[in-house]
Amino acid sequence: MPEMITVIVNGRQMQVSSGTTAIAALGTNSLITRHSVRGKERGPLCGMGICQECRVCIDGIMHRLACQTACRDGMRIDTDEAVS
Amino acid sequence: MTHRADVVVVGAGPAGLSAALAAAESGASVTVIDDNLASGGQIWRPGLPHQSDPRAQQLREELAHASNVRMLHSARVIGMLDQHVLQIELPDAAMSICFGRLVLATGARERLLPFPGWILPGVTGAGGLQALVKGGYPIAGKRVVIAGSGPLLLAVAASLRSRGAKVVLIAEQVKTRGLLQFASALRQWPGKLLQAAQLRMQSLPAKYLTGSFVLEARGKDHLQQVSLRTPKGLLLVDCDFLACGYGLLPNLELARMLGCKAEGEAIQVDAFQRSSIPHILCAGEITGIAGVDSALVQGQIAGLVATDRLHDAQVLFPSRDHWHSFASLLAQTFALRPEIAKLCRDDTIVCRCEDVCYGELKQYDNWRGAKLQTRCGMGPCQGRICGTAIKHLFGWSVESIRPPLSPARVESLILNERVSSLAD
Repeated sequence: MPEMITVIVNGRQMQVSSGTTAIAALGTNSLITRHSVRGKERGPLCGMGICQECRVCIDGIMHRLACQTACRDGMRIDTDEAVS
Repeated sequence: MTHRADVVVVGAGPAGLSAALAAAESGASVTVIDDNLASGGQIWRPGLPHQSDPRAQQLREELAHASNVRMLHSARVIGMLDQHVLQIELPDAAMSICFGRLVLATGARERLLPFPGWILPGVTGAGGLQALVKGGYPIAGKRVVIAGSGPLLLAVAASLRSRGAKVVLIAEQVKTRGLLQFASALRQWPGKLLQAAQLRMQSLPAKYLTGSFVLEARGKDHLQQVSLRTPKGLLLVDCDFLACGYGLLPNLELARMLGCKAEGEAIQVDAFQRSSIPHILCAGEITGIAGVDSALVQGQIAGLVATDRLHDAQVLFPSRDHWHSFASLLAQTFALRPEIAKLCRDDTIVCRCEDVCYGELKQYDNWRGAKLQTRCGMGPCQGRICGTAIKHLFGWSVESIRPPLSPARVESLILNERVSSLAD
């Protein structure tokens, strides 16, 4: 059984398996990562670090690709929802 | 920080891992650079253990036991500092790597083409959704429509079903006749035919519609419904995810930046996998989309040649040729029908990074003009997504690669200055 860890998504604590990617940890109902230039909500597209739609703020550092970041215990993930 | 290896391999998918092992067996020092969290590339991305290819497991184990192999994960090549020196960025550091020989095995990505509503949250690539799910996204119970083109659609359907997704429909744009011809031609590669049949079984009870493609994705703030054109007319399907991809495209950016000659959508290599640049070899999808078996043998040849074992490499040529014709069959079968290029409306966004619409772009007749006036292609994806779209929609040639190869931190770029001044 993989170890369960805690990540903080937009201020909410969530339990995920260790090794889960930051994008997968965003929750089952809202895969929104950022707002577009015209203010519309966007989510992941390519899943492999190319499209740059999954840019989120991780542990205070902006523009990290959530699809290529592994969750660590205590990691803070903030999407545009939190910043706006 | 400068690191040195006899052979540097960029990409830890099947071609890269195969090249790394072949090179390592000579005793040479080998470093593998890959931007993902773990090795395997896309096709061997870990996350569904019961579906893993035994060859992946074997390669990983043998490489792990080789003391002369160093794996660098979450590492991206952002530029070159010198003819034999690559500039690398990691999440918390930057470094330069000096190589004797370089093997490029940067693999492929999906061809993601625009259609009305493709920017809605919930619309992803086909492989894109599979990658999300392998990364731990809880897809169980979600309704998924898989669409686009290629054998990948079936593989994705099988993966998602195994994780409890409700795969409602698989919509392949190739017509039934084309697929039957494909199946018939697959007799030459019986393993592939068997694999196709198995994947179809594993994707049931999802309907597999041929000659069908997505017209539009609809929803208020996220995807709620997809409309498709099918041979029987218009079809509306309620769903949570649309996983839509139109085949694969090679990731040529690094090879191009290094000056390797390309022909169309592939880097030119000779029989020994050597590119037009001395000391640089290429293997796998960047020499032409041909799948995992071809990538493995090309990688092995490249690793042998990179360590000067040309005779051993030649032994593998017939095996490589056997898979090369599979590549032609794939390209022929899954060519895109013309309607796919005509789905955009004037208000359909084409450049997702900068929100540039089809209506704005169609006023131009070349990439450079469109880019300078609209900012299309000047966002973080550096034109990878919209460039592909534009090439397909308008036929414009979309060339121009400059470092950094991906968005990079200033401190990683400053590394260049530090290295240069040390050399003075």
